[in-house]
Amino acid sequence: MTWRCGIAVFPGTWSERDCAHWVELAGGEPVMLWHAERELKGADLVILPGGFAHGDYLRTGAIARFAPLMAAVREHALAGGPVLGICNGFQILCEAQLLPGALLRNSCLQFRCQTTHLRVEATRGPFLSGLESGRILTMPISHGEGRYYAPPEQLLELEAHGQVALRYCGPSGELGDEYNPNGSLQHIAGVMNREGNVLGMMPHPERACEPLLGSEDGLHLLRAALALVGAS
Amino acid sequence: MTAGMATPSPAQLRELALTEEEYHHAVRQLGRVPNQLELGMLGALWSEHCSYKTSRRLLSQLSSKGPQVVVGPGENAGVVDLGEGLLCCFKIESHNHPSAIEPVQGAATGVGGILRDVFAMGARPVALLDALRFGDLTDAAQRHRFAKVVEGVGHYGNCIGVPTVGGETYFDAAYQGNCLVNAMCVGLVTAPRLLHAVARGVGNPVLLVGADTGRDGIHGATFASVQLDEGAEERRPAVQVGNPFLEKCLMEACLELAGSSALVGLQDCGAAGLTSSCAEMARRGGVGIRLDLDQVARRELGMTPYEVMLSESQERMVLVVERGRVEEVRAVFDRWELRSDVVGEVISPEELQICSGGEMVARLPLQILVEGFLPRRPRSARPEGVARDLSAPPLAAEVPWTLEEAWLRLLASPNCADTSWIYRQYDHQVGDDTVVLPGRDAAVVRLRGRPDGLALTVDGAHRSSLLDPRRGAQLAVAEAVRNLACLGARPLALTNCLNFGDPDREEVMWQLEEAVAGLADACRQLALPVVSGNVSLYNDLSGASIPPTPVVGVVGQVDDVQRLPGPGFAAPGDHIYLVGGEGAGLGGSELQRLLGEAVLGPPPELDLELERRASEAVRQLVSERVARSAHDCSLGGLAVALAECCVEGSLGAVVRLAEAPTPSDGGFDLLFGEGSGRYLLSVEPSGGVRTEEVCSHLGVPCVRVGEVGGDSVEIVGLAQIPLAAAAEARLKGIAGAMAGPVL
Repeated sequence: MTWRCGIAVFPGTWSERDCAHWVELAGGEPVMLWHAERELKGADLVILPGGFAHGDYLRTGAIARFAPLMAAVREHALAGGPVLGICNGFQILCEAQLLPGALLRNSCLQFRCQTTHLRVEATRGPFLSGLESGRILTMPISHGEGRYYAPPEQLLELEAHGQVALRYCGPSGELGDEYNPNGSLQHIAGVMNREGNVLGMMPHPERACEPLLGSEDGLHLLRAALALVGAS
Repeated sequence: MTAGMATPSPAQLRELALTEEEYHHAVRQLGRVPNQLELGMLGALWSEHCSYKTSRRLLSQLSSKGPQVVVGPGENAGVVDLGEGLLCCFKIESHNHPSAIEPVQGAATGVGGILRDVFAMGARPVALLDALRFGDLTDAAQRHRFAKVVEGVGHYGNCIGVPTVGGETYFDAAYQGNCLVNAMCVGLVTAPRLLHAVARGVGNPVLLVGADTGRDGIHGATFASVQLDEGAEERRPAVQVGNPFLEKCLMEACLELAGSSALVGLQDCGAAGLTSSCAEMARRGGVGIRLDLDQVARRELGMTPYEVMLSESQERMVLVVERGRVEEVRAVFDRWELRSDVVGEVISPEELQICSGGEMVARLPLQILVEGFLPRRPRSARPEGVARDLSAPPLAAEVPWTLEEAWLRLLASPNCADTSWIYRQYDHQVGDDTVVLPGRDAAVVRLRGRPDGLALTVDGAHRSSLLDPRRGAQLAVAEAVRNLACLGARPLALTNCLNFGDPDREEVMWQLEEAVAGLADACRQLALPVVSGNVSLYNDLSGASIPPTPVVGVVGQVDDVQRLPGPGFAAPGDHIYLVGGEGAGLGGSELQRLLGEAVLGPPPELDLELERRASEAVRQLVSERVARSAHDCSLGGLAVALAECCVEGSLGAVVRLAEAPTPSDGGFDLLFGEGSGRYLLSVEPSGGVRTEEVCSHLGVPCVRVGEVGGDSVEIVGLAQIPLAAAAEARLKGIAGAMAGPVL
C-alpha cells in the first residue's frame, strides 16, 4: 500500500506540484489539501510546501496560519503525526507556533536562490531517523526571509533538546559564515519540535529529487518518513 | 451621449499623444467631433505602443511561416508545436520607460504583463528570461537602477513561482539615461486547451476579473510613446504597482478554466486597459462589445468613465463567456478569492459602446479605433560624418595594457563576468524542470514525461548595431542560434523586442529600418519564423537616443535532456577545437568599450550560411556526445571564451593559434576580436576524427588548437594567465562593482 502525503495549498503556494513529483518519486501518493477545508483526506503525513501563501502580506505565514486547514494540521501534529514545512511552510509552522523561533529577512537583504550543503544534526523524528549524524546533504534554497532567529535562552533549549535538525555547512561539513546564505543564528537551516514529528526547513528537498536536478538527497527525508509510517 | 468637445488645444492633444492631423483624421472618419472620453480612447489605441503605426509596415517583412508555427504574431503570444499535442507559447516585451522611473515596480510589472500574455493563451508559464541594459556600474545611480530592476524582476517571478532561467545584461554608458528592461515568458499548453483572445457570440457576457480598477497607470500606453524628459520623475503615477500574489491566483484560476467550453475568449488587460482589451477581442471576432462601467469594481471613489476606460491597473483579465454559464466560471474565481464581474456583453454592431449612469457615453466603430490610425512614415537617413566611420581603425590609440592585463580586465568586465550576482536573486528552479541553470549559453527546461526539453536564450548586439544596425540585428540572431547549438538544441522560432530611440529622428528611423531588414534576412536564412514581438520606441533622454537594440529571444528543442554537455572543459587531455568562422575584428568590441574608445571600425563580419552550417555541426557533435563541452566566442573574443571554458571546468588549457598577430596589432585582434560564428569545443582525443568528419561534411572550418590541462590558461607565445586569476576576475566583475554604495 502507498502512503498518503497531504500537500497543503494556500493561495500563493507554488511548490505543491514539485512536492507531488517528489512524493511520487519516493513512492508515496500525493493528495492536495485546500487551505479553506478542514480535513486531511486521510493523509499519513502532511507537507506545507514553499511559496508566498497569501502573498506573505503582513508577515510570512502570518495569514496562512489562520487557515481552516491549519486547525487540522495542528491536530495531526499534536497527535504525533509527521508534518514537514518547507520554506514558506517552515515560516507558517513558526507563525502557528508548532515550531519555535522565527524567520527574518536574509541578512544580505536580497532573495537567495542557490545550492547549499546541509549537515544533519539530529537523527530522530520521521524525516531524519534514517540518516546518520553529520551526513552532508545538498539542496537548493530559494527565499528572501530565511534567517532563523530565536531568543538566546530558546536557542540554548533547542540545542539542549536536540531540536536543531540541519545546519548550513561547507562541502565537507565545516561551519562558517561563508556557508550561511542568510545569516541564520547557529547556521540553522531546519528545526524540529521537541517530539521530533514536526520538522521545518528552509532548503527545498523537493528540488533535490533526481540526479538531473543536481541532487537526490531530498528523497532520503521522505523515504525515511514513509518507511516509518509504513512500519507503524 | 456627451457632446463632442470644441477642437482641443495642442497641449490637450499632446497629453493624449495625438497630433492635430490625427485629431482631424478622427473627426473625418467618425463624421463628427469625438467627445473627451472617445478622444482618450483613440489616443491610447492610436499610440505607437498599441498601434505600431511607425513600425507596422516594416514588421511585415518578418516571416512567421514554418511547419512548426501554430499561432503567429497578432495574438497575445506566438505558439509553436513541440509534437505529441504539446504547444509552446512565448513572447518578449519591454517595460523600459516605467523601469527608468520606478525601477522595482517598472520591472516587476513588466514581468507581470508578459506572464499574463502567456497564460491568456491557456499556457502555464514555465520560464522567464530577461534582457537588461544599464549605464556604467561606476556610476552610483546606475548601480541603484540595476539593483532595483533585478529586485523587481526577481520579486514578481519569485512570488508567482515561475523560474527565471536565463537572460543577458549589458552595461554601457549609452544606456545612462534609458535603461532597457525586456522580459520573455515561455509557457506550455496542450492543443485542446489553447485559448484565443477573441469575442464571439452576440449576447455572450463580458467579464472583468482580478484586481479592482484604480487610477494607476492612466496614460501608460501614451507615456510609453513619447520621449522621457528631465521631468519624467513626475510621471511616476503612470507606473503601475504590481501584486504578484493576486496574479498568481488569477493565473491559477484562468488555467483551471482553460479547458472549459464555457470560456469563449480570454485577454489580459495591459496597455490602454479595458479600451484595448475589449476593442481587440471584439475586432478579432468581428463583433462589438457594450460595456456598462457602473459594473466595474473600482479601487477609488469618483472615477470618471475616462479614468475607468484608460486605467492600466495590473492583474486584470477580460473574459467572454458562453451565455448561461457565468456562474460556473465565477465559481472558479470565487474559489481563488478573486473578484469577477459581468461588465458588458457581445453585440453585433462592430462598435465599442460605453455606458455609464444609464447613458451611452462613448460609441466608436472598432474599425476606426483599432485600424483607423494614420500610418507614420518618418523620414530616415543614414547618419553622416565620421561618427560611424566603418573604415576607421577600431582603436585610435595604442592599448596601454599587456595582453594579460587586457585579458583579465575583460574577464572582470561586468559584461563578460559571472552573472550569479543577478540570478541568485531569481528563483530559477521552481517547477523542478530547470536542468541547465542560468549562466550558460542557454538555459534548458525539460518537458515532463518526455525525453526532450526546451533550450532558451535572449541576445542582442547593440554596439555592432550602432555601427551597422542591419548587421547588428543579424549578429543577435546568429548569436542566439549559436547559444542554442552549444546545448545541442535546434532553434524552433523567435520572438523579438525592438528597442530604439525617437523614430522622428532620421538616424533612428534609418536604424529601425535597417535592423528590421537585417532581422528578416537572418531569420529567413536561418529558417527561424518570427512568432511574436514588441516594439519600444522613444527610448531617449533629453534628445539622446539609445543605441539601436534589437533583442531576440529564441526557443529551441534538445532531443535528450539526459545527454547535455557540462558547462566547461571536462577532462585533462581533451582536445580543443576551434570550429566555424575565421577572422576577428575589434570594431564595436568589448575591448574597445573598456578602453573608452568611440564605437568605430567595421563590425564583425557575418556569413549567415556558414553560421547555419556551423551551428548544425556543433549541434550534431553535442548531440552525439562527441563534444564534451561547447561554448561560442562572443564578447571578448576567443581568449575570453577559452578562459570561461577553463573556469567553468576548473581546468587549464594550452592553445596554439596558427595565425600570427600582425605587428601593428600585437595580438589584441587575434585574442579579443569578436569575429562571428566561432565555437570552442572540447572532445576526447578519440573523438577528433568524428569532429573533423562532421565539420568537413558540412563544410565548416575546424582546427585543433590545443589541449585541456594544467593550472593556467595559455595562448602559446602570446599570453598566459593563472586559472585562479581568471576565476577571480570573472567572479568579481559584477559583484565587485556592486560592492560600492548605491545612490
